[in-house]
Amino acid sequence: MNVNLSRRSFLKLAGAGAAATSLGAMGFGAAEAAVAARVRPFKLVTTTETRSICTYCSVACGIIMYSNGDFKAGEQAELVHIEGDADHPTNRGTLCPKGAALKDFIKSETRTTVPRYREPGGTAWREVSWDFALDKIARHIKDDRDANFVETNDAGVTVNRWTTAGFLAASGGTNETGWLTWKTTRALGLLPLDNQARV
Amino acid sequence: MTTLAPEPLTAASNPPTQPLESNLLPTDVRRISATAHVPPPTRQLTEVAKLIDVSKCIGCKACQSACIQWNDTHPAVEENVGIYENPHDLTPDMFTLMRFAEWENPETNELEWLIRKDGCMHCEDPGCLKSCPAPGAIVQYTNGVVDFISDNCIGCGYCVKGCPFDVPRIHKTAHVSKKCTLCSDRIAVGQGPACAKACPTQCITFGPKEEMKALAAERVEDLKERGYDNAGLYDPQGVGGTHVMYVLHHADKPSIYSGLPDDPRISPLVEAWKGPAKKLGLMAAGAAFLGSALHGIFAKPNEVSEHEEEEAEELYEDIVHEAPEAAEASGEAAR
Amino acid sequence: MTNAWTDIKNTDLVIVMGGNAAEAHPCGFKWVTEAKHHNGAKLIVVDPRFTRTASVADVYAPVRPGSDIAWLMGVIRYCLKNDKVQWDYVKAYTNATYLIREDFGWSEGLFTGYDEEKRDFDRSSWEYQMDDQGQPLTDPTLTHPRCVWNLLKEHVEVYTPEFVSNLTGTPIDRYLQICGMIGETSAKDKVMTSLYALGWTQHSKGAQNIRGMAMLQLILGNIGLPGGGVNALRGHANIQGLTDIGLLSHMMPGYMNLPTEREPELADWLKARENKPMFPGQTSFWRNTDKFMVSFLKSLWGEKAQAENDWGYGWLPKLDVPYYDILRVFDMMDRGEVNLYICQGFNPLLSFPNRAKLTSALSKLKLLVSIDPLQTETVNFWQDHGIYNDVDPTKIMTEVIELPSTCFAEDDGATVNSGRWLQWHWQAATPPGSAKHDTWIMAQLFLRVKKLYEEEGGANPEPIMSLSWDYHEPENPHPEELAKEMNGRALADLPDPNDPTKAIRKAGELLDNFGQLRADGSTMSGCWIYAGSWTEAGNMMARRDNHDEGGVGTYLGWTFAWPANRRILYNRASCDLQGKPWDPKRKLLEWNGARWEGFDVPDISPTAKPEEVMPFIMNPEGTARLFSRKLLRDGPFPTHMEPWESPIQNPFNKEMRGNPVGRIFPQDLAQLGTSEEFPFVGTSYRLTEHFHYWTKHSKTNAVLQPEFFVEISVELAELRGIRKGGRVRIWNKRGEIWAKAVVTKRIKPLLCDGKEVHVVGVPLHWGFMGAARKGFGPNSLTVFAGDANIDTPESKVFLVNIEPASGDLIA
Repeated sequence: MNVNLSRRSFLKLAGAGAAATSLGAMGFGAAEAAVAARVRPFKLVTTTETRSICTYCSVACGIIMYSNGDFKAGEQAELVHIEGDADHPTNRGTLCPKGAALKDFIKSETRTTVPRYREPGGTAWREVSWDFALDKIARHIKDDRDANFVETNDAGVTVNRWTTAGFLAASGGTNETGWLTWKTTRALGLLPLDNQARV
Repeated sequence: MTTLAPEPLTAASNPPTQPLESNLLPTDVRRISATAHVPPPTRQLTEVAKLIDVSKCIGCKACQSACIQWNDTHPAVEENVGIYENPHDLTPDMFTLMRFAEWENPETNELEWLIRKDGCMHCEDPGCLKSCPAPGAIVQYTNGVVDFISDNCIGCGYCVKGCPFDVPRIHKTAHVSKKCTLCSDRIAVGQGPACAKACPTQCITFGPKEEMKALAAERVEDLKERGYDNAGLYDPQGVGGTHVMYVLHHADKPSIYSGLPDDPRISPLVEAWKGPAKKLGLMAAGAAFLGSALHGIFAKPNEVSEHEEEEAEELYEDIVHEAPEAAEASGEAAR
Repeated sequence: MTNAWTDIKNTDLVIVMGGNAAEAHPCGFKWVTEAKHHNGAKLIVVDPRFTRTASVADVYAPVRPGSDIAWLMGVIRYCLKNDKVQWDYVKAYTNATYLIREDFGWSEGLFTGYDEEKRDFDRSSWEYQMDDQGQPLTDPTLTHPRCVWNLLKEHVEVYTPEFVSNLTGTPIDRYLQICGMIGETSAKDKVMTSLYALGWTQHSKGAQNIRGMAMLQLILGNIGLPGGGVNALRGHANIQGLTDIGLLSHMMPGYMNLPTEREPELADWLKARENKPMFPGQTSFWRNTDKFMVSFLKSLWGEKAQAENDWGYGWLPKLDVPYYDILRVFDMMDRGEVNLYICQGFNPLLSFPNRAKLTSALSKLKLLVSIDPLQTETVNFWQDHGIYNDVDPTKIMTEVIELPSTCFAEDDGATVNSGRWLQWHWQAATPPGSAKHDTWIMAQLFLRVKKLYEEEGGANPEPIMSLSWDYHEPENPHPEELAKEMNGRALADLPDPNDPTKAIRKAGELLDNFGQLRADGSTMSGCWIYAGSWTEAGNMMARRDNHDEGGVGTYLGWTFAWPANRRILYNRASCDLQGKPWDPKRKLLEWNGARWEGFDVPDISPTAKPEEVMPFIMNPEGTARLFSRKLLRDGPFPTHMEPWESPIQNPFNKEMRGNPVGRIFPQDLAQLGTSEEFPFVGTSYRLTEHFHYWTKHSKTNAVLQPEFFVEISVELAELRGIRKGGRVRIWNKRGEIWAKAVVTKRIKPLLCDGKEVHVVGVPLHWGFMGAARKGFGPNSLTVFAGDANIDTPESKVFLVNIEPASGDLIA
């Protein structure tokens, strides 16, 4: 039946057909036909499963990410669904309202997708290349460190510190990111380094 | 050849990704809207139920979130109107809703925040199905699932009137009625509903109805030990019992849980329909009559306009006049 | 957490105070409902608001924001008065018996040694009485007037139920009911667990709130036991990991402090960390600090770190102030002393206090960089969004760069949960657009700066040139390599102490545990507590055996927990002095006459005799501290202090405002309000539908909680003529915000010091980016001052005023 058929037109059809139709004509065949289109096809069939850990809070629920395409096999992988991992001892397959909707965060319309630059006094972003963005930042780091790095303090003690730049590290990120961030920022002598644990 | 999916025994297992043959078949249907002579089902599936233990519910809305995600619905971003319910009511895109009630217990003078997951109760005796004029738009399987089949739905809204729990909602543009399917697509492959899988405190559990009743009994005992003398199971017999049940701390007062009906029943008009409409020979016409009658009773805004009501009544008159003998026709479909 | 999420099922009593576990950690809270369902556990919730956690509690008590110390000291007083003490535990495992110096004392809200000028204590009197050998004097009979126990009794005497009720607003009968329930867990077969979060940390005395609960749990004998502990429910997925790895201004990995300029050489730094055991035969594990430190320096500088150059210690930056915390840095920024700021997955414009000051500070930068998977408010701080971000872009001269990074679904790596489990995850999706991994971005930035130094020279390039960079693909270090670097490896064959002809590990092999670390440069490890996470046997963080041996929820085969795969810290304390479990039904470990055995990795040498080696091996005493000596700046016992902005005066000292040793900058002091101008107490919190400022970018979560609101009581609504769902304006000296009003019975006015105190609840999830409606956060109003020990901002208490607002807001 046409899903767009309005109720009013249905009523008219029903009226017109009433005299000609009896229930006897509506045997099992028709009933079966009416039901045949019912249950939605199971949408995870033939998707690729990847085990992961929810990115939000520190309960760290086990999740399974279902994708079309297998990333580890070198394919383009498009997430289609995320669900709790029933094998995980902490969450046992459950997820909170944030975790259950992780896909909407991953596929948010306000994800960043290309490097962007805003010039002093500018009123809009402009898209730039990675090289442009990284070289510009590197130049700023170099110039500011050269100008403000303190190798020894007033007492002549070697202190190798740089305090005119600051860095906030991501406690949503991995240990491995955190470690590389520690190494590189401290090698520059950076002291203003904090993460969300401070607040 | 693919393997037959198992029957769903619990909400907590990981979904399959391999192709499985559905275990919820047309031959498992025991009732079909506006259809007489539904052939007897070839087998009896285990009756299932979703148990919602209100005393364990933390109102987190994970059920709503999982429902949106699984069913790929798109509810609107509404505004805050001074309450925690969001969306503010069930919608064609929000099949389940946490309802929040601040209740001061007169016996203890304590505030209780009663949070109830609202949605389709999957009645054993489904008023929606009985009132539906569209052949095959609503079916009931032998495991108790009452499912809406959008392809057959005409969006008339009679199911809304026929539902003692005020659950179905009509989609304004698609002209179809929508509600919780109990995740029939998941049940078909041996999975529990998405909400029950997600529920963080396992306040929502899913499985064979008998097991759910046993679990409920255990929970009721615990609640009684904690001083809730009237704790109990909500499995209302007025609709033949339901396949979504609640454990309530105050089972003697269901209505304090945001208006959960104390004693839900299908409107007498839906039942009465079996009489006068019995020989109609056309369910649709009978339903038109029903719709108009119910409209007078409930007198609430719905899809059915006054003009349409008049038209429907005329049609009914026409039908009865044109085919008086049809008034003896069977209303078996709504049995 | 001392314990694990899955361990909560073992408890008899849960107290949620200083947090809102059901809303902020729903799936962890599952284990509370599990304990209630299958262990008959009870749940107590103490919170200014009747939260969704309270909705499933057995007992709820309201409390005035910022009065937790008094509340907890009152419970301790109750336990002491009513003999609700696990005596064997307290006498053997705590410093209750230790004698404190005669010159230590407390009066008028202050401990001895206060210097008003310096806003600091001279803490020399906060110490044990020692004998000639430096061994503390003790009195096992607990009769000596100077023993910790008697001083504690004296200290808590003022916190009578009447005093506590008057200060906190908790009704006295409810308070006594809860004291009774808590006191029952002093029995050897009863255990309570404490679940807290930012409701305790975001105060000017946050560390002392937590101390209060730790002391109570020690008195009840609940630390180290299954179902017990003091459990910090951490916020972000890897806030534990980033703390472990030392991404805090004063930290290095593995909870080692970054050197200060008073420690110019490694020997100076080590001397302050000798940690000799205070009593013969005790463990004092921090004694091994030299091994951790040298191995760490080797991981940083590789071959360049040699004994001759102090292992490269000199290249580490040295602090001149206690730390460059975010408050200090933004204050510097606002004064034009910071030029360049990089935010990696961080949105300070919404997460730090006093938003007006933040905007002003960011506008003074030369360059702001955001490395983030989302378009944050911070990186768009220069955009005009009407009242939601009222700035003139043309007047902001900061250059801004936004770098798109991948999110968790698009990378490999480990995150550490609140229970210290390191769990590995795998990339599942192709990154959007040209988004890159954070590791690639950091490597690129570093290598490009390094290249500039190679080409141009400049300020001391040595540390940059010397940084170990031993990666297969230098431009793109892989997570596996970085994880192994943190675990550590042998740099030479490590001889077996029992048989020097054999090597326990050959040069180049990954280490099995931190016991293999050496101070002679023959091992390296980036983060000693992670040793054992990736060994020659493989990636321990990827293990997936979910079998629960013993049924106590330790799951030793599931991933890896630091330290040494231990799931419950101080677990040796779950047994008595003979090594038998205090409660045989709650067995975790047991001494079998020769070794410790059981269902967890013992938190002590496996062969340490129970009657000899005490359980708290991270303290040189071997025991836990009821009296914390000089460790905290604001007192060896917690004492009640009012918040910086409070509706009432400090009952001990009318002159005292906030924490007497808390730091506050002059312009922020000037922005403090009084209760005459701003009569209501604002408090900030999360809602279960959202995660900080991320999920407003998620459509589904925007649906579930679409718009910013504040919560107020029916009484306050009446007082101010505010209707449910109406618009209100909330303001103080630091800012103003507009919100919808949720008028609720779940917040009730509190009676404190004869005044009716109204609380205004301000959730924190809205901004001007994302899928949800534009709104504000509490940080437009919060105080720019922090905890006296760690400078975590006091976001949980601030004074406000509120009035109805008319009309619709136009963005």
